Amino acid sequence: MPQIEQLAGTYSSQIFWLLVIFALAFFIIGRGMLPRVMDTMADRDRRIGDDLAVAQAARDEADTREEAWRTRETANREAAQALVNEARDQSKRDAEQRLAGIKTSLDARLAQAEQRIDAARTAAAAEIEQVASEATQGIVARIAGIDVDGDAAHHAVRKALAHG
Amino acid sequence: MAAEPAKVDPMHQFTIEPIFGSANWELAGYNISFTNSALWMAISAVVLWLFMLGGMKRSLVPGRWQMAVETFTGFIDDMLLANVGPAGRKYVPYIFTLFMFILFANMLGLMPLGVVGVHPFTFTSHFTVTGVLAVLSFSIVLIVGFAKHGLHFFSLFLPHGTPWWMAPIIAPIELISFMVRPFSLGLRLFVAMMAGHVLLEVLSSFVISGGNAGIGYGIFIGLPSLALMVGICALEILVAGIQAYVFALLTSLYINDAENLH
Repeated sequence: MPQIEQLAGTYSSQIFWLLVIFALAFFIIGRGMLPRVMDTMADRDRRIGDDLAVAQAARDEADTREEAWRTRETANREAAQALVNEARDQSKRDAEQRLAGIKTSLDARLAQAEQRIDAARTAAAAEIEQVASEATQGIVARIAGIDVDGDAAHHAVRKALAHG
Repeated sequence: MAAEPAKVDPMHQFTIEPIFGSANWELAGYNISFTNSALWMAISAVVLWLFMLGGMKRSLVPGRWQMAVETFTGFIDDMLLANVGPAGRKYVPYIFTLFMFILFANMLGLMPLGVVGVHPFTFTSHFTVTGVLAVLSFSIVLIVGFAKHGLHFFSLFLPHGTPWWMAPIIAPIELISFMVRPFSLGLRLFVAMMAGHVLLEVLSSFVISGGNAGIGYGIFIGLPSLALMVGICALEILVAGIQAYVFALLTSLYINDAENLH
């Protein structure tokens, strides 16, 4: 086993060269190159992290804007709905008003007409009484030969008319 | 040891040989010859450096190579974050270098470069190497532990909720298990890598010897051994990754002890 047989003759050179070469490797590679490689990785990680943060911020912004747009849209829709309802109510109110006006004028005309009819009936009744009393006067004068004055005849006619 | 050329010595692959005529290099009386082991350490480090170059493009949308580099760094980063917490980030350079260095060493040792005449040397199959790495990790644990918690660090040996009369028994056990850590850490990697390479070498010797012994041996011993080798090679690639991971994971768990006590 050369490791043991050659130990006495080679240990110093083994240790010396190992220390020299390992020290060189440590300072040139471990201390010189490694930190730069790790910096590169850290830079990249940071950059990726930053990009992700920016993307997240953009998404949040988009969400906020969409939310605002949605709110505005809802408000607009409600406003439009309110406008439609208002117009509908307005037209309904107008129609009712107009109908009420027409009904009032119709009622008035109906009342006038009824008044006129009453007046006509009263006038007609009075005329009938007049004619009847004159006829009564005439009949009494012809048959009985009694000259009845107008008032008495009228009175009698009214009495008879009232009795039916 | 094998003298005949037809035989295969499964241990020969671990032999350390000075190269470039550096056998007599010395520093303060110690031999520091540049060996095949040191060469493969250097190659591992350079290959790791080349790999990391792919991660230096720093483009926002990574290509495949950059993605691979970032996967590994992210993996170690996550591991420390999960095991130590936010305080673990400052150990990422050490754990990453440790993990990748061991991983590349293990992987390069498995490369079939012998086909083109280059023999890869798996230096993680030497306990001198794994031991140094383990001691390094253990020293960091000790230094961080005592620097951060002072003598309070010794409370590590007395887990929360231990009845006072159990303390004389628990504390020595905890101390021993703590002191064993560098050995288990270093030996685990060394043994796993050596065992796999020996196994592959032994099986390959079956293939060669069986083939040389005749057609019958070749079919009934050589071919099954070859099939087994293919499977074990796949297993060894898995082991190479797992052992590097285990080394890094245990180091980060020990660092967690030092950072957060209990």
